[in-house]
Amino acid sequence: MISDAIKAKMLAVAERYPERRSAMLPALHIAQEAEGYVTPEGMQAVAEVVGCKVDEVESIVSFYSMYFAHPVGQRVVKVCTSLSCYLRGCDRVMATLEHDLGVQRGHTRADGAFTLLGVECLASCGTAPVLQLNDEFIEQVTPERAAELAREWQTQTAAPPSA
Amino acid sequence: MAEQMRVVTKDIEIPGIDTLAVYQAHGGYAALRKALAMEPVAVMEEVKISGLRGRGGAGFPTGMKWSFLAKGSSKPTYLACNADESEPGTFKDRMIMERLPHRLVEGVLISAYATGTKTAFIYIRGELKQAARQVGRAIQEAYDAGLAGKNIMGTGIDIDIILHRGAGAYICGEETALMESLEGKRGYPRLKPPFPAAAGIYGGPTVINNCETLSTVPLILANGGAWYAGIGTEKSKGTRIFCVSGHVNKPGNYELPMGTPLRTIIDDYAGGVLGGKRVKAIIPGGSSTPMLDASKLDIPMDYESVAAAGSMLGAAGVIVLDEDTCIVGAVLRMTEFYRDESCGKCTPCREGTYWLVELLERLEHGGGRGSDIALLRDICDNISGKSFCPLGDAATSSIISSIKLFADEYLYHVTQGRCLVGEGARQAIAAH
Repeated sequence: MISDAIKAKMLAVAERYPERRSAMLPALHIAQEAEGYVTPEGMQAVAEVVGCKVDEVESIVSFYSMYFAHPVGQRVVKVCTSLSCYLRGCDRVMATLEHDLGVQRGHTRADGAFTLLGVECLASCGTAPVLQLNDEFIEQVTPERAAELAREWQTQTAAPPSA
Repeated sequence: MAEQMRVVTKDIEIPGIDTLAVYQAHGGYAALRKALAMEPVAVMEEVKISGLRGRGGAGFPTGMKWSFLAKGSSKPTYLACNADESEPGTFKDRMIMERLPHRLVEGVLISAYATGTKTAFIYIRGELKQAARQVGRAIQEAYDAGLAGKNIMGTGIDIDIILHRGAGAYICGEETALMESLEGKRGYPRLKPPFPAAAGIYGGPTVINNCETLSTVPLILANGGAWYAGIGTEKSKGTRIFCVSGHVNKPGNYELPMGTPLRTIIDDYAGGVLGGKRVKAIIPGGSSTPMLDASKLDIPMDYESVAAAGSMLGAAGVIVLDEDTCIVGAVLRMTEFYRDESCGKCTPCREGTYWLVELLERLEHGGGRGSDIALLRDICDNISGKSFCPLGDAATSSIISSIKLFADEYLYHVTQGRCLVGEGARQAIAAH
C-alpha cells in the first residue's frame, strides 16, 4: 500500500528538481521499496506526483530493468553474466545457485523465497564473479562460495531478510 | 608491487577519507576555496592548460567542452556528472564514489562554478546503491558545512547538487539518453544537433562530464594545470585509472600515468596472467573497444597509441583473455550484452544485435555454416554508423576485430562444430 507518508516522501523528492517530471525514477524507486514491486497503485501515486498519465509511468517501468512490474521473491539474487565475470566462471556460479536454490534463472521459486536473475555487468569486474543480494554486492563468488551462500540464505528463510 | 601514481585517487587508502572531517584534514575543499577566489573563466583556463580529456570513453578535451556552452541563453545552464558506469570491464567510478565521494562533490562544485551552473546533477547508476549512499552522505555533509547550496563559503555563490539514481539501462551512459532519463523519460538518445552545450537538460545549455573527469578537477586546481600537463604523454596528459579484469592474478584499479605500457600494467600491477598462461587477446578500453592480440602487449596506453594499434583507450577497462579462451564464446557473451542493452529506438541496432547473437550462438553450439562469418560482417556493416548513438557501433567492435585476428577459431567452429581451445574443445558439441 502506498501510504500518505510514502507519497509525502515522493513529493519531497519532486520538489528538489527544477521540473517535477524528473522525479519519475526516484519516485518509482520509493514505490518499489515500499511494496517490493511497482504495483498499479504505486504507478498511480507516481503519476500524481510527477504530473503525467499512468500509461507514461508504465512505459518507464517497462524500460528500466531494475523495476519489477510483478511480485518478486523475498530475496532477489542478481548474478552478473557479462564478460569479466564469464571469464572468471560466473556460469558455474549460476548453475550452482539454480541447483541449490531450486529455481531457474529468470524465475521466482514457488514459495516466494528467491528470485534468481542473470544481469548485465555490475561494475565490479575487478572482483569477479559477483552477485547482488537485494541490491547489495557480494564479490569474488566462487562456485563453492555460491553453495555456501545458498545454504546460509535457506537456513535464514524463516527469519526476515537481512538486506 | 610497483607503486601507483595517485592523483585522482590520492589519499584513497586513508581510513575515514570518505568523511568530510578526514577529507578536509588532508586538504579537501581547499581547491574549491581557491577556485571561488578566481574568475570562472580563469578556472576554465586552468583546466584547459591541464590538457584533461574526458574519462568516460570519448576523450574530448574537458576545458574545451566547457567553453562550448552557449552564452546568453534565456535558460539556466546545467552540469551533469555521468556516473552511470556500466561498460563491461569498467569499475573505476564506483570506487571513486564509494571511497572518495568528497573528491567527486568538490570536483562537481568547482566545475559548476567554472561553467556558471547553479544546478548540478550526479547521475549514478541505479545498481550502485552503496555508491549512491556514499555520495548522498557527502553531499549532505557539504551542505551542512556551507560548502554546497546557498552562499558557499560566504562568497554569495549558490550551487545545488542533486543526486539522481538511474534504474538499470546501459544506454543512459550515452549523454543525450542520460538527459532524457534525468527528465523522467525512457533513455532514448536524442538526435544531435542540437548538442547538449546548446540545448540539453530542460533545453538549457548543458555540460556532461564523467565521474573520474570531474574528480580530477580538484587536483588540477590545487596543483595547477601545468603540473597536471607534465604527467603522461604529449597528447594524452595526466593519469588514468586502468581497470584490469579477466585472466590476471590481481584484477583491480591501477592509477598510472598515461602511456604506461600495457605489459607493465598486466605484469607489474595486475600480477601477470592467471596460472602463468599466455595472453591470447586484450580488450584495452572496455567491451566496446576492438580486441587486440598479444603482439600489441608493448603499446603505451594512451589515446594515440591504442588508436594506432587498431583499438581505442575508451574507458580504460583492460580485459585480459588467456590462451585457453574460446574467442567465439567470449564474443557471443559480449554481443548478448549489446542485444540486451539496445534501447530499441533504432532498427539497425535493435534487430541487428539480435541476429548477431543468433548467428554467434549457432556457431558456438556447433550449428554454424561457412557463410555465417560473412553474414556477421554484413550485419555489422548494416549497424555501424546507422543509428542515433554509438551503442550499435560498439556491438560490432569485438566481432569485426576478432574475425580479423582469430578467423581460425571461427572456421574451426564451422568445420568441427566445437571450440578450438578451452572446455568446449573437449566436447563434441560445445555446451558452455
